[in-house]
Amino acid sequence: MTLAPRPDERSEAEPPDVPGFRTWRGVYLFVFGWFVLVVILLSVLTEIFS
Amino acid sequence: MNVADWVVLLGTIVGIAAYGSWRTRHVRSLSTYLRGNTSTGWGTIGVSVMATQASAITFLSIPGQGFESGIGFVQNYFGLPLALIIVCAVFLPIYRRLNVYTAYEFLGQRFDEKTRLLGAGLFLLQRGLATGVTIYAPAIIISTVLGWPLDLVIVCTGLLVIVYTVTGGSEAVALTHKWQMAVISAGAASVAGALGKLQAVDFSLDPSRRYTVWTGVFGGLFLSLSYFGTDQSQVQRYIGGAALREGRLGLMFNAVLKIPMQFVILLLGALLFVFYQFAPPPVFFNQVEWRRHAQDGRFRAIEAEHASAVAQSQSAIRAWLQARASDDTAREASARAAMVAASSRTDAIRAEAKAALVAADPRAKTKDSDYVFITFILTQLPHGAVGLLVAVMFAAALSSKASELAALGTTTTIDFWRHFRPLAAADEARNMRVARRFTALWGVFAVAFALFAGFAENLIEAINILGSIFYGVLLGLFLVAFFLRRVGGSAVFFAAVTAQALVIVMYFSLNIGYLWYNLIGCAACIALSVALQAVLPPRALDDEGRAG
Repeated sequence: MTLAPRPDERSEAEPPDVPGFRTWRGVYLFVFGWFVLVVILLSVLTEIFS
Repeated sequence: MNVADWVVLLGTIVGIAAYGSWRTRHVRSLSTYLRGNTSTGWGTIGVSVMATQASAITFLSIPGQGFESGIGFVQNYFGLPLALIIVCAVFLPIYRRLNVYTAYEFLGQRFDEKTRLLGAGLFLLQRGLATGVTIYAPAIIISTVLGWPLDLVIVCTGLLVIVYTVTGGSEAVALTHKWQMAVISAGAASVAGALGKLQAVDFSLDPSRRYTVWTGVFGGLFLSLSYFGTDQSQVQRYIGGAALREGRLGLMFNAVLKIPMQFVILLLGALLFVFYQFAPPPVFFNQVEWRRHAQDGRFRAIEAEHASAVAQSQSAIRAWLQARASDDTAREASARAAMVAASSRTDAIRAEAKAALVAADPRAKTKDSDYVFITFILTQLPHGAVGLLVAVMFAAALSSKASELAALGTTTTIDFWRHFRPLAAADEARNMRVARRFTALWGVFAVAFALFAGFAENLIEAINILGSIFYGVLLGLFLVAFFLRRVGGSAVFFAAVTAQALVIVMYFSLNIGYLWYNLIGCAACIALSVALQAVLPPRALDDEGRAG
């Protein structure tokens, strides 16, 4: 039976080498948090000018 | 355009293309040619991914969108950061680990060769046709406004991009993108600094509204996942690089910057709207089309009526500004109502002008929002800046086309030519020559398609419809490959063929929004794969085992 390859576990454990982040999960959470912040700021802009 | 503009325009465009060709003149390795230099850093990858999306029509159409409908279109990009996180966490590590040149090689390793050819074929069909249309779309606007022959603009941009893409391959594309994006950003920022439809976010659950937070997050996630995860023109941008880290950071760079960048471009359109409340705008922004038909007294009357309405609108805006400063609520409300009414009258006269154009010539082009930004550039900016901003349009045209041609050439070489000539796969020099020829051939095809095909007015819509018909099934193939570990090659192949046929039949027989076909194609492919896997004889399943 054919099985789908999985992302290399070593690549997940590899540090992103970005100041302030020890894991890739931390980087993804930061990007998600930034996205939420952008949506909130755009909502505030909309509220101010509506 | 005067001499200074021409110097800036030609210097910028030819300089960037020459730089790309010169820096990559010694590219001899197939891997470097197809995937870029292994030392490419995350910044170059990130900018290259961004430049691939930034077509010339983006910089012509999106300010027009902001001018006409406000900045709510920014919600369309809300799914993009989420999609890029999924691509980084799931798609990219697998592509890197399998050391593939194209995304479709992964389908071959996961399923079988027929599924790989199906995926590659769907990509070539969709992207090959779209490339021709996207060369034509900005060319018609630039040629109309500047009065240059359309065929000349198509051939010049086409040849320039073919030369440096064929010469340097993926590395040249990445290197030139860096400088093209610098030109694009400087141009947009310079105008944004100089100039309100500021309804950015709409939480409405009304399904008839085109742009809301929900359509952006869910529809946008779906579209972005297809585009970034399975379209070779994007995959080729990030599978190269020194390490997995570089590709991931390049994609995260886009996830962070894309929404703010689109917001700035849309804001530019909204600011242009404000500008044209005070500076008299033309009744119809595509002045070449207007002058071609506006010959009789009826058109003169519309122009006079429009000028009068604009003057009244300006008075109404000034009255509202004074009323707002007076702290008299009733006076402010009354002035606001008068201002809205005056603005509506101006809009009505613009609609009347479009109706008059159609009455004079049913084939007249009535969509003028794409001409708002370039009209502003040509009539309001100083010389030199005009040349720079026209260079922005060309840089954007070149950057997106280069990625598409490189991806088409790579997929044809790796997934088709090498598949049917397996003995030639070991001869790297021959592979390089073939890849260059296929890239050039696709370039010639795209230019010829743009020159000889008769296009309708709604070009961008045509590209989106084409993408929506094929992207859904392509994404379905990849999602089955990644997440449904028990589904084999035959099941997914027949499911994808059936789902694609279903989408095409539905497109010609139903009247639903075309974006839904992305979801329908993907869902049909996944559901049919699971169903077929359950009913296909075990022998067929056992025979097709490939990569584990």
